[in-house]
Amino acid sequence: MRLEARAGSSRIALLLAPFAAVLFTLAVCALLVAWAGAPIGQTYALLFEGAFGSRFALSETLTRATPLILTGLAAAVAFRARLYNIGAEGQLYLGALAAVAVGGLHGGTGWELPPMLLFPLMLLAGAAAGALWLLGPAWLKTKLGVDEVVTTLLLNFVALLFVSLMLDGTMKDPMAMGWPQSVAINPELEFSRLMERSRVHSGLLLACGLAVVVWGVERFTTFGFALRAVGANARAAAFAGLPVRRTMLVCALISGALAGLAGVGEVAGRAGYVTLDMSPGYGYAGIVIAMLAGLHPLGVVVSAVFIAAVLVGADSMSRAIGVPNYIADVIVATALLAMLVATLLTRYRVRWGRA
Amino acid sequence: MMELLATLADMLGSSAFWIATLRVATPLILGTLGVLICERAGVLNLGIEGIMVAGAFTGWLAVYQGADLWTGVLVAMATGAACGLLHAVLTVWLTVSQHVAGLGLTMFATSLSYFAYRVSFPKVTTPPTIEPFAPLQALDAVPWIGPVLASQTALTLLAIALVPLVGWIIQRTPAGLALRMVGENPAAAEGQGLNVVAVRTAAIVAGSAQMGLAGAFLTLSAFNAFFFNMINGRGWICVALVVFASWRPGKALLGALLFAAFDAAQLRLQQAGGGALPYQLYLMLPYLLSILALIVMARRAAYPQALMKPYRKGER
Repeated sequence: MRLEARAGSSRIALLLAPFAAVLFTLAVCALLVAWAGAPIGQTYALLFEGAFGSRFALSETLTRATPLILTGLAAAVAFRARLYNIGAEGQLYLGALAAVAVGGLHGGTGWELPPMLLFPLMLLAGAAAGALWLLGPAWLKTKLGVDEVVTTLLLNFVALLFVSLMLDGTMKDPMAMGWPQSVAINPELEFSRLMERSRVHSGLLLACGLAVVVWGVERFTTFGFALRAVGANARAAAFAGLPVRRTMLVCALISGALAGLAGVGEVAGRAGYVTLDMSPGYGYAGIVIAMLAGLHPLGVVVSAVFIAAVLVGADSMSRAIGVPNYIADVIVATALLAMLVATLLTRYRVRWGRA
Repeated sequence: MMELLATLADMLGSSAFWIATLRVATPLILGTLGVLICERAGVLNLGIEGIMVAGAFTGWLAVYQGADLWTGVLVAMATGAACGLLHAVLTVWLTVSQHVAGLGLTMFATSLSYFAYRVSFPKVTTPPTIEPFAPLQALDAVPWIGPVLASQTALTLLAIALVPLVGWIIQRTPAGLALRMVGENPAAAEGQGLNVVAVRTAAIVAGSAQMGLAGAFLTLSAFNAFFFNMINGRGWICVALVVFASWRPGKALLGALLFAAFDAAQLRLQQAGGGALPYQLYLMLPYLLSILALIVMARRAAYPQALMKPYRKGER
């Protein structure tokens, strides 16, 4: 078996790649459904229904997609410059803590500022917390060549322990009967609801807006050009006089900030406070979302809705038919592997036999 | 200060401390050797975290279903090897990004294990248990370190024995030479008539089998059941330890022992400290220590030259 480079990747092939990957994934996971002893067609029908079948289902999917769009963007931006930020999970939690620090502590009302000022300050604090958490690994990568994948992964564990520390101490909610959760933020700082009788909040608009902004920055600014150049070939970019190191560091700040905002959104838009199980792996799912989208910021919105649908639909399907909802995580992981192969096949042709 | 020193001296003199150190070190030794073999062949295997979960699960499941413990070990290694083959197909045959493929494999192996656990045991609330490896009481007769060895199981001795074996294979055998060649300069290796794809595939499969064994140590020896989140970043720590060990098996053993000693010490200091510091700070230490090791070694790290570089025949 050998690989033969294609002259160029056709746009159609690039566009079809994610769909091929998803179809392959669903076919593979059908085997698992069958193994669990459930009818395949009905299981997938229930999964779809649980994600899109009713107004409530749709609203839950959109609620779940909100943090996923942001973590997906965080991965997409970073991966564009080949900065492998696997730490979105930790950055999300730090953003959430920062939101509570600004908007929740100090007697439950946040800092003594009018909400008009405090609200943007809360967003800023969350973004800054996430950005700074990634700045360390990015600096180590550019300065010392320390692999950022391992450092960001390890920092996820540190971040989660830090959250636990905060929930035990400084940010502990004394009214929570020993339940590990933080004090709530000032209700005036909460995101507004987008739909009546649902949990969809304006964080969704923020996330979609940021997707457009990121797309614009990547497409139309000199920084975006540098970002793409560094990702395509860092040595060539350096030779052409581009500030590779600075580009990477700014990219890290943007990526971390996006993940931090995902945490702010979960606090201000959904729960109101921080818990240790606030994110069931949104940071890791963001990587899958970015890859499925081919790192395209607008594509991230679509693939985030897809992944959210899988997660929400699997929960509801699992209650109805008894296939463990871990099937959702298997689908997400398989989709990532399948997408990697599909993307490769748009660039290379597999030839069997010897050259 | 004097008190702290006295505590430290007590600790280093107690066999309980060294027993704990060896126990913590065992999965790290096995996992680090696994990563090391893959990386010497030029492939970063971030699948380790998931492979350890899968090995821990399948090894334990086999024993739970009635197989004897050594069969469980083989099942875990076979599971690791199968995961390794998938990794090799993705990264060596198809040459996709090693970073992302490894992460994907970790997510895949972890979620599949959890799914399979839930399908196999839909309604359990307390994890079902097995009879794990027994300590090797007979070793009590060994002078001086007898009491420490007598509390360990066969898997710990196996892990320690694997260190010189792997070192010997890498440095002194034709297979090891082939491994190093494809990890340093695959084009030259190909020129010498080596099949780069085959050697790298074999290395990943062998390394991943050891990662599966590393996971199985936890369910078959350290504990007697399978829990979710039981690997808890140990795989990532192994990846860091390989850099710390400069890709040498002997140093990997040293690094794993040092790391484990630190881990065993923090538990005791935490108890001695009597809650003066929050326990989370102690739990952060292993992860921070791993990062510190990476930073310290960064300047001196002699990476295998072709690490993370996919090899496509005829492409420069």
